[in-house]
Amino acid sequence: MVPSIETAVLLTVLAPFLAAILAPALYRVAGGLTGWLLALVPLGICAFYALSLIEVSGLETLPVTIGPAVHANIALNFYLDGLSVTFALLISGIGALVVIYSGQYLKGHEHLGRFYAFLLAFMGAMLGLVLADNMVVLFTFWELTSVTSFLLIGFDHKRQAARRAAIQALVVTGGGGLALLFGFVILNMIMGTWDLSSIRMSSQDLPAQAYPIILTLVLIGAFTKSAQFPFHFWLPNAMEAPTPVSAFLHSATMVQGGVYLLARLSPTLGGTPMWSFWLGLFGGVTLLWGAIAALRQTDLKQMLAQSTVASLGLSVMLIGIGSEIAITAMVAYLVTHALYKAALFLIAGVIDHETGLRDITALGGLRDQMAVSFIAAALAVVAMVGLPPALGFLAKEEIYKAVSWFDLLQLLTLVAGNALLGGLALLILIKPFMGAPLPTPKKPHEGPFGMLLGPVVLALAGIAAGVMVGWLNLAIIGPTVAAITGHSAEPHMGWAINFTSMAFLLSVATWVLAGVVFWRADMLRSLLRRIEARLAWNLDKGFDGALFGLIRLAGRVTRLWHHGRLEIYLFVVFVMLAAALLGPLLAMNGLAIAWPTAGLTFYEWGVVALAVAGVVAVLLARSRLIAVVSLGVQGLAVAMIYLLFGAPDLAFTQLMVEILSVVILALVMTRLNLEKRDTRELEDLFRDGIVALACGVGATLLLLAVLAGTLPTKLADYFTANSVPVAHGHNIVNVILVDFRGLDTLGEIAVVMTAGIAVLALLRRRARPEVEPEPQRPASRQRGRKAA
Amino acid sequence: MNTLIFRTIAPALVAVMLVFSVFVLLRGHNEPGGGFIGGLIAASAIAIYGMASGVREVRRAFRIDPITLAGFGLLVAGAAGLASFFYGVPYLTGLWSFLQVGEAEIALSTPMVFDIGVYLVVFGTISAIALALEDQDGGED
Repeated sequence: MVPSIETAVLLTVLAPFLAAILAPALYRVAGGLTGWLLALVPLGICAFYALSLIEVSGLETLPVTIGPAVHANIALNFYLDGLSVTFALLISGIGALVVIYSGQYLKGHEHLGRFYAFLLAFMGAMLGLVLADNMVVLFTFWELTSVTSFLLIGFDHKRQAARRAAIQALVVTGGGGLALLFGFVILNMIMGTWDLSSIRMSSQDLPAQAYPIILTLVLIGAFTKSAQFPFHFWLPNAMEAPTPVSAFLHSATMVQGGVYLLARLSPTLGGTPMWSFWLGLFGGVTLLWGAIAALRQTDLKQMLAQSTVASLGLSVMLIGIGSEIAITAMVAYLVTHALYKAALFLIAGVIDHETGLRDITALGGLRDQMAVSFIAAALAVVAMVGLPPALGFLAKEEIYKAVSWFDLLQLLTLVAGNALLGGLALLILIKPFMGAPLPTPKKPHEGPFGMLLGPVVLALAGIAAGVMVGWLNLAIIGPTVAAITGHSAEPHMGWAINFTSMAFLLSVATWVLAGVVFWRADMLRSLLRRIEARLAWNLDKGFDGALFGLIRLAGRVTRLWHHGRLEIYLFVVFVMLAAALLGPLLAMNGLAIAWPTAGLTFYEWGVVALAVAGVVAVLLARSRLIAVVSLGVQGLAVAMIYLLFGAPDLAFTQLMVEILSVVILALVMTRLNLEKRDTRELEDLFRDGIVALACGVGATLLLLAVLAGTLPTKLADYFTANSVPVAHGHNIVNVILVDFRGLDTLGEIAVVMTAGIAVLALLRRRARPEVEPEPQRPASRQRGRKAA
Repeated sequence: MNTLIFRTIAPALVAVMLVFSVFVLLRGHNEPGGGFIGGLIAASAIAIYGMASGVREVRRAFRIDPITLAGFGLLVAGAAGLASFFYGVPYLTGLWSFLQVGEAEIALSTPMVFDIGVYLVVFGTISAIALALEDQDGGED
């Protein structure tokens, strides 16, 4: 095979990102061929993982460590087992078809190159997510899928609805991601490792107090990503994305991320009553909620989106049950759902593209004009309803086998959910394709080859998987179930149907009910719509309310503190400074203050006199300019004091800062059109004087108090001892700045630059007085530099 | 303020100050100096130049916007720390190599590169502010 498995796996994660970077340039060169060329990347990845199936059969796994480690405990660790390879196959296989499809669907779109870039970047992120073994790596890719999903939903960024849906998806999934991160961190603190494989191997049990917290956090992460009730509302809105995106991200891959995570963590967190209860509850509610909401819709994409919500709920429910049969059912359902749902989405896109409509009540009789689409849709619907010979039938059999008669509620939920989904599938197939042709904006005709390839291949794959179930058991279902449950699984799905078994009878009941749902669809829809109109509030509106509330609150807080009156800003700042200086001194009045005893030499007295003269001159100055220069005199004296007491670096800096301060303040004054004199009311003068005195006295007392104690010399000793041997520098101050405390300095220069940009922005605004008649105050304050 | 003497002497003064600022920057590791002080000196040179010859002239001579220089400096300082990744040590760990050129030994190090970044940030930012303020027409353009 390839030189080394490590390189190959890393390459499969990196290749989509590289392709994403190159995509816009490639589009400019290759034009219409771009999709076909780019599809080679996922196709290659798909082929690689198909070959690697041989290596991960049964319980075999391939831990793959790829250096260099970013941190002692955080390495780019990947892990190949049945679960990750199954997901990787779905992602890359469907991805390849979607890339080809997009080329036709968005043909001639000015940003098609950018679209490819986003789509491939998403694919890389998703592959990274399912292959990652390290929790930090997993989380990083998890967030990357949210970000790329945001970009894809908002791809048509000129429409307000698309932008809103993009932000909503990002806020919901990103917020869940944060919860997940907390969960991972706690898990790491308890288990002492970031590697999920080591956590699974570990015999250590999670402490009883920590388990509910970790579980809650992980569930929030998984539920937001996989659109479980009550976080489901972002997914139908995400249908604002172009249809290939909906097919790829919002049915087959990204939304399955949460399901993947739950499957991945079920050996660690699963098997408890709490796990089964919460997953069963939320999964069940989501299943029914999504299925009912889907029935309310007439827009093809919305119907499919809501049914995806339902399917995700079903998967979560099955993981919650957690028995081997339930997990087998989940995996089979995952595969068949990904295939038929992506196919149906792509067909919805074809219908939309070729007729200009997506509403099932306005479409009809397309079977003759769009025969290939019709056949593909029919095959996909066979899988969705769960008829033989599709894999969907076998998956449904397994689902019913997984539930015992005792849990009647669960059983009813599953039958009802499946029946609703089945009825929905019939609506999606029969309404647009059968019956009498209805007039459409565009004359309906069959889609181009690139757009039919995807649906046909996917729909056929769904049937083929059912027919070749023996092979599927061995190659995919078995290893995946083994990876989830942690012990080798006996694949047992097959076509030896027992016509009297409970599962088969339930299947028949589901079909009958699905037929009833289809037959009574219009009645049910109008009933549901009436209920919805009565409710007048839903989670989607609640989300808007919360978001706008937050914005209003932020506005109110900002207006409270950011009132734009400089004298009050300065007053508040200096009052706080005085309080910070004097408060602790007064509160801890035990602090002894050492009055200096040593005498000063005559030149030292001279420098002190210079400083005092500077300050007095500031007070007496007639014009502001003189005051500024006088302040410079005082600063100069301070610089000289530093020099006299052996801090040449500090003196040097202080000198430069003083010079530049005077220059810049003088320049500011030439621009501000201030009065030459500072005329203040007497009481203002009084107030400002007190604050100034308090600050001065506070600073002085604090310094005296500091000098009274013995200064800890640990740091000073360390720096003195190590400056030359470790950092090769004799100037300790500079060594501290650029080496020992380099990160602090990096932060500080970033602040310096940010402040500079802010000043420039303010000055630019002032250049256009019609925008803001009120004079702006450039906040140019030189940052004096404290050296250790 | 803008006298003939000042205008005549300023370019020479600016040149000396800029050279001196680089000297201060490079000696900083062993003697008083360093990127921060060097950057301030260079910025004062630019401020002087702006007063003497006008902002337009300085911008023409400078070619690039000083704030761009500051951004580049931040990039340099940040990138200087990245070298440590190749040695498996934490970010910003100082790495040294000593070149033997004839008699002299030249020390090359990542802290030096970092200090150059600091120099550029301070130089660029303060120059940008000073020039923007000196620009009597208001604003940049």
